[in-house]
Amino acid sequence: MWEIIITELTQALQELARGFAHYLPRLIVMLIIALVGWVIAYLLKVLVRSILRLTKFSKLSENAGATQLLNQAALPSSTELLSRFVFWVAWIAFILLGVSVLGIVGLQEYISRFFLFLPRLFVALVILFFGLLAASFFSRAALLAAVNANFRSSRLLSISIRIIISIFALSMVFEVLGVAEETMLIAFGTAFGAVMLGLAIAFGIGGKDLAREFLEKKIVTGKKEEKEDDPSPL
Amino acid sequence: MAEETVLTDDFLRQLINVGEVDILVGLPTHNNARTIEPVIRAIQAGILKCFPRERVVIINADGGSQDGTPELVIRASIDDVWNVSKVYALRTLHSISTRYARNPEPGTALRTILAAADLLRAKACVVVSPDSTTIEPDWLQRLVRPVYNDNFDLVAPIYRRQKFEGVLMRNLLYPMTRAIYGYRVREPYASEFAISGRLATDFLTKETWNAEWGRIGAEICLTITAITGKYRVCQSFLGTKAQPARSASDLVAAMRRTVGALFLSLDSNFPLWSAIADSQPVPTLGAQSEVMLEPVRVNRKRLREMFATGVAQLEPVLRSILSASTLSELQRIAALEVNEFNYPADVWAKTVFEFAASYHKCVISRDHIVQALVPLYRGRTLSFLLENRDGSGQDMEKSVESLCGEFERLKPYLLEVWADRK
Repeated sequence: MWEIIITELTQALQELARGFAHYLPRLIVMLIIALVGWVIAYLLKVLVRSILRLTKFSKLSENAGATQLLNQAALPSSTELLSRFVFWVAWIAFILLGVSVLGIVGLQEYISRFFLFLPRLFVALVILFFGLLAASFFSRAALLAAVNANFRSSRLLSISIRIIISIFALSMVFEVLGVAEETMLIAFGTAFGAVMLGLAIAFGIGGKDLAREFLEKKIVTGKKEEKEDDPSPL
Repeated sequence: MAEETVLTDDFLRQLINVGEVDILVGLPTHNNARTIEPVIRAIQAGILKCFPRERVVIINADGGSQDGTPELVIRASIDDVWNVSKVYALRTLHSISTRYARNPEPGTALRTILAAADLLRAKACVVVSPDSTTIEPDWLQRLVRPVYNDNFDLVAPIYRRQKFEGVLMRNLLYPMTRAIYGYRVREPYASEFAISGRLATDFLTKETWNAEWGRIGAEICLTITAITGKYRVCQSFLGTKAQPARSASDLVAAMRRTVGALFLSLDSNFPLWSAIADSQPVPTLGAQSEVMLEPVRVNRKRLREMFATGVAQLEPVLRSILSASTLSELQRIAALEVNEFNYPADVWAKTVFEFAASYHKCVISRDHIVQALVPLYRGRTLSFLLENRDGSGQDMEKSVESLCGEFERLKPYLLEVWADRK
């Protein structure tokens, strides 16, 4: 009886040892890949950080309003955040590459899915960044134009433009990531429609007298509006 | 050759038919049918009176007029002028019109005129504004003589102005150009001026034409090129300046064309202007300045309101351009009522210098920086109006001189904010 137990145990241990011996080189390879990956990812991080600093990316990010968002969320600067992102994506990619060497069945599919997802994640981030940049640029342009034209609700107009462009960029980001596509589409459509309807009603009700007055002056009486202009600048 | 890219084949053909000239009169137009005829008559009379022996050509560079302006220029017969003045030219006077673009681009218009002057080897090139309804035949002589006879390269105008006209010129362009480049040119952005053939040729080869400011702010760029290139610059008193009616959108465009171009010039000329510590007078023919004291209707409340609204609404934009102390000072001024309103000269000079430094550093879009200065300029305009409301021409001259002094005194501050990495 004891002999059988000992034999089975020995066999099991031998199989374990064989299995371990079989996996050990792969495990070492995986660790080496992870280690090399860490070094490469770190170098990439340093490189990306230097390039971003050289190209004054932080200024671009400040213009896009991304820096303000990051500050409010107590996150590091956009340059640091992007370089860290590159580091982690590169290192995780190397770790997964190492894990795939182990040959664990079923894991391969998840790894390949991750690699397929990476370009989409990158595209989504680019869209988000440029979306925020466009929102900031156009809202500021609208604010300046409205203030210089003595338009009363300049800030409201500017904020509306920022929100609309940001929502549009976010919906594109979600679509690219494939997250809640339909929900986002419906939410965007509803929000956009509501804003437009609101603006139409507001302008319709608020501006009807102004429109009538303008049309009367231009068409009916043909009189030109008398203006008290600024003193001539040049 | 610059003209290869600017001049159309048809225009070139017409220029070749004209041959070499002594004087070229440039007339950049866009829908100026209402005012162009008296201007052409004055130019023709000026040529007959002062330059009957010289070979002269009038070049009209049109930016897509829809009201028949080019036709009026071509049709303006010199016979009418002969009949009145009884003076005959000894040479044929040519008038050529060319459409350089479908839409007006002042820089391209000037480039076309200068390219024609270069091609025709004109000794003097004079540019006249089609809006100058107060132009007299003598203007041509006052502009051309210093170039033609005294070897000056740039003749800038001096006008007799209404007290509160040319506010941007008096409060920003003149003081800043003077403090930066060290030359007291009263009208650095001129609508009438004369240049020598060599300055025209040199200016045409500048790389500035590739940049946006070459297209929109070429006039001020020409003055700066003459100053920085050590060309001989002088000023000539012309007479009363006519002011076309302008709207609020014109102010933004004027700021882009003048202030934007001036700010941009600071980038490439930094080694030169950073070494200049004071300013020197420029030879002037005729009066240094003349002011008319006719009353002008200006809505002061509206100016104050636009300034205060601008400071409040643009706070996030101004925060990225101005220092905290200047911004808080502006916010204090914005709270003042019209009767106690005062935007002091030193605060204005600091504001302009901080804008120039922010423009250099591109803290936000450069065009947005120029636009953000518009409401602040309105505040300074109001302060200028209130300061000089009851003053004489001399008092106003003193006020402008004092402002120029502030700009010159604060120039080290500009160098400081310019170098500041923040």
